[in-house]
Amino acid sequence: MLNVLDSAVPVACWSCAHGHSTTTLFCPHCSKIQPPSGGTYFSVFGLKPLLNIDLPALEAEFHRLSRQVHPDRFARASEQEKQWSLADTALLNDAYRTLKEPLRRTEYLLKLEGSEIGEEFAGKDKANPSRVPADLLEEVFELNMQLDEMRAARKMGEEDPALHASLTEAQGRFESMLSKVDEDLRKEWTAWDEGDEAVRQTAQNKMVGMLDRRRYLSNLLRDVTETLGA
Amino acid sequence: MEGDSPVVIPGADGSNLVPSVVALDPMSAEGGRPTVTVGNTARKSLIETPERVIYSVKRLMGRGLSEIQDELKYFPFRLADDVQAGEVPRIQLGEMKFTPPEISAYILRQLKRNAERFFGSPVTQAVITVPAYFNDAQRQATKDAGRMAGLEVLRLVNEPTAAALAYGLDGAKEGTIAVYDLGGGTFDISILKLRDGIFEVQSTNGDTHLGGDDIDNLLLAVALDEISAEHGIELRSHPDAVQAVRKAAIDAKIRLSTEPSASFDIELPNGDRYQRVIPRDVFEVMIEPILERTVGPCKQALADAGITPESIDEVVLVGGSTRIPAVRELVDNLFYLSARGKKPHIELNPDEVVALGAAVQADILAGASKTTEEILLLDVTPLSLGIEALGGTVARIIHRNSTIPASATEHFTTGVDGQTNVAIHVVQGERELAADCRSLARFDLKGIPPMSAGLPRIEVRFLIDADGILQVTAREQRSGNAAQIEVKATYGLTDEQVEGMILDSFDHAEEDFAKRMLIETRLEAENLLAQVDRAPTHPAWQELSHEERAEIHAARTQLADVKTGDDLNAIRNATTGLDKATHRFAELMMDAAVTTAIRGKTMGVANDELGEEVTAPHPMAAAEFK
Repeated sequence: MLNVLDSAVPVACWSCAHGHSTTTLFCPHCSKIQPPSGGTYFSVFGLKPLLNIDLPALEAEFHRLSRQVHPDRFARASEQEKQWSLADTALLNDAYRTLKEPLRRTEYLLKLEGSEIGEEFAGKDKANPSRVPADLLEEVFELNMQLDEMRAARKMGEEDPALHASLTEAQGRFESMLSKVDEDLRKEWTAWDEGDEAVRQTAQNKMVGMLDRRRYLSNLLRDVTETLGA
Repeated sequence: MEGDSPVVIPGADGSNLVPSVVALDPMSAEGGRPTVTVGNTARKSLIETPERVIYSVKRLMGRGLSEIQDELKYFPFRLADDVQAGEVPRIQLGEMKFTPPEISAYILRQLKRNAERFFGSPVTQAVITVPAYFNDAQRQATKDAGRMAGLEVLRLVNEPTAAALAYGLDGAKEGTIAVYDLGGGTFDISILKLRDGIFEVQSTNGDTHLGGDDIDNLLLAVALDEISAEHGIELRSHPDAVQAVRKAAIDAKIRLSTEPSASFDIELPNGDRYQRVIPRDVFEVMIEPILERTVGPCKQALADAGITPESIDEVVLVGGSTRIPAVRELVDNLFYLSARGKKPHIELNPDEVVALGAAVQADILAGASKTTEEILLLDVTPLSLGIEALGGTVARIIHRNSTIPASATEHFTTGVDGQTNVAIHVVQGERELAADCRSLARFDLKGIPPMSAGLPRIEVRFLIDADGILQVTAREQRSGNAAQIEVKATYGLTDEQVEGMILDSFDHAEEDFAKRMLIETRLEAENLLAQVDRAPTHPAWQELSHEERAEIHAARTQLADVKTGDDLNAIRNATTGLDKATHRFAELMMDAAVTTAIRGKTMGVANDELGEEVTAPHPMAAAEFK
């Protein structure tokens, strides 16, 4: 099990030589900015790697840290401190962007835990239609036919109201499937956050599957929406 | 900043705006560097010597050859004949050739001088604003221009964000703001969340090829077509005549913002007249397709911010083109403003608001005042950053609207045994194929230790800094060597080229500055002396006591004595002395003017109405030196 806060090794401050944890942006002793070293997006905010996050508190902490590390605050500092402020702020921004968004946060944590997931594997999904979720196979086949028909009709400048209605209906259906996946994901968050080792492992595997399904559904939904809106 | 509020520094001509017009002085063709004039002075040359004038250079910044060729279809200037593919294109200006950053540097130098004249000391650092939708190359070109003008560019600030800063200085406001910025050549829309003094940009979008220039070009094209059809004259081959029509088109556009119609009356080369009246409703139908192009970016920005138009609390209008009533109507409809009992913010001059915001940002960077110490601007990158992957597709590594600074780390390896180089093509844009995005740079990672294919692990860190400009570092992880990176920017000047284009030699900067200050201070003194010499002809002179006249006379003699000397402070002090001595006279002159204005009222009543102090400017006030 990963526990980032414990893995932080003490290092010496460049300015006052007092030891501090690698995950702090400022030396607790002399308050000088420190270069970013180690740590995760969670540890930047002093958080344990958990999936349920208090978003208003995260935002408040983001603003508080931004005020301290932002390059605007180091315009008159040494070249070295400017560079560290830039790197620290980039890390802080990357961390906030990832953690505030539920799906990015889940993907990030699952990756930390060693799961293969995320954008860089999305390409594989597209190239490999066998990853179509089994329960959707028939529906997706039907839907793709309708989408092709719709596009062909559009090219001829025609509009089939029945087809349009059917696709609009599919759009609604996929939207509710997406909400269902999101709901399921949230349940697994709590299981992961509160469970023991075995529960976590099960939750992790389930979430990997859900994220795959979710990505597939949202790509499909995008196609439908684009075709309808074109 | 004056106290807590930013002010715009006027130029020597008293105008707050320096139009982005650069002209080459025809008088100085022989020997040395020809004189370059900037702003209102240069504008006069537009009609007389159009081949020696460049304007709207912002549209050419950071652009490649083919892009500039497209752009120049609508402008009277042309590319230098010997421009090579792959280099920064140069524009022909009279007998000289300049890159867009050099032309821009002349404008920046003028602004620098105006500021130095105002402060009475050298100005070496600047905050420069750019359209939010500017890409990496356009930003870099702007920074290069700053360097050429002798300015250290502390920060590039996005224009809509700067406008929000100018409006939000009172700090009390919280909520979601949309800034709609339609300027001369560019359009930006930015959505910001304002909370506890933090201005957090949620999303931005725009079009760097859309603005008032397009309206001018449209009116111009219509007029030229009509002239050709009705009078059989093809004006497009007469640059000076085209400029005259363009000027008439711009005047008509401006009048149509306040009047129901505007008319053209232009004398043609054959003596005929082209006359036409454009009613506002016809004008509005004509420009509708142009204005409509701002709608898509606005909707995209709202979608990216994840909000609906109704949840926008405030809308700020920026840029001269937002004076057009049809633009205001479009914005009103887009954000349901009147429907919600709201009005857009137009309190600050749309031509100045961005400069005011830049001053606020400079104050933040200087850490100079209590007013700005709680304010922080968190901006975003307008375009996604990606790497060309196998098959020419784009792998996005930093998405658009990510808060900057932002970073991404990618790993690369070799495909062939013993390979020591890896090339990376970085692009900016939202399209799926690299060829459809804008090429930003090619990085050549060199000095990779020879290993079996796939074994080296090169970590490349991409970082977009607070100016929105990309920085790249690389490391080979197995050997621990920092990989050498050779960057070939697709567009842009090398460091050496920029060095060679610096306008003023730094060696003489201090000396030059002292000379210039002396010249300008003498000019001030002469202006004041000339005014004082005219004073006895004014009726108010008769109201002065004998002592007061004697005092003025003494101060006048004092200034006349020192003004030709080299002692800057003596001239300044004497100028201030004469200015003070004439203060009561100036007040009397003003009272006379006020009395004329408030007819039939006694002076006492007028003073009550005006308050204790008459705050109108001292008509003889010289520039203030601190």
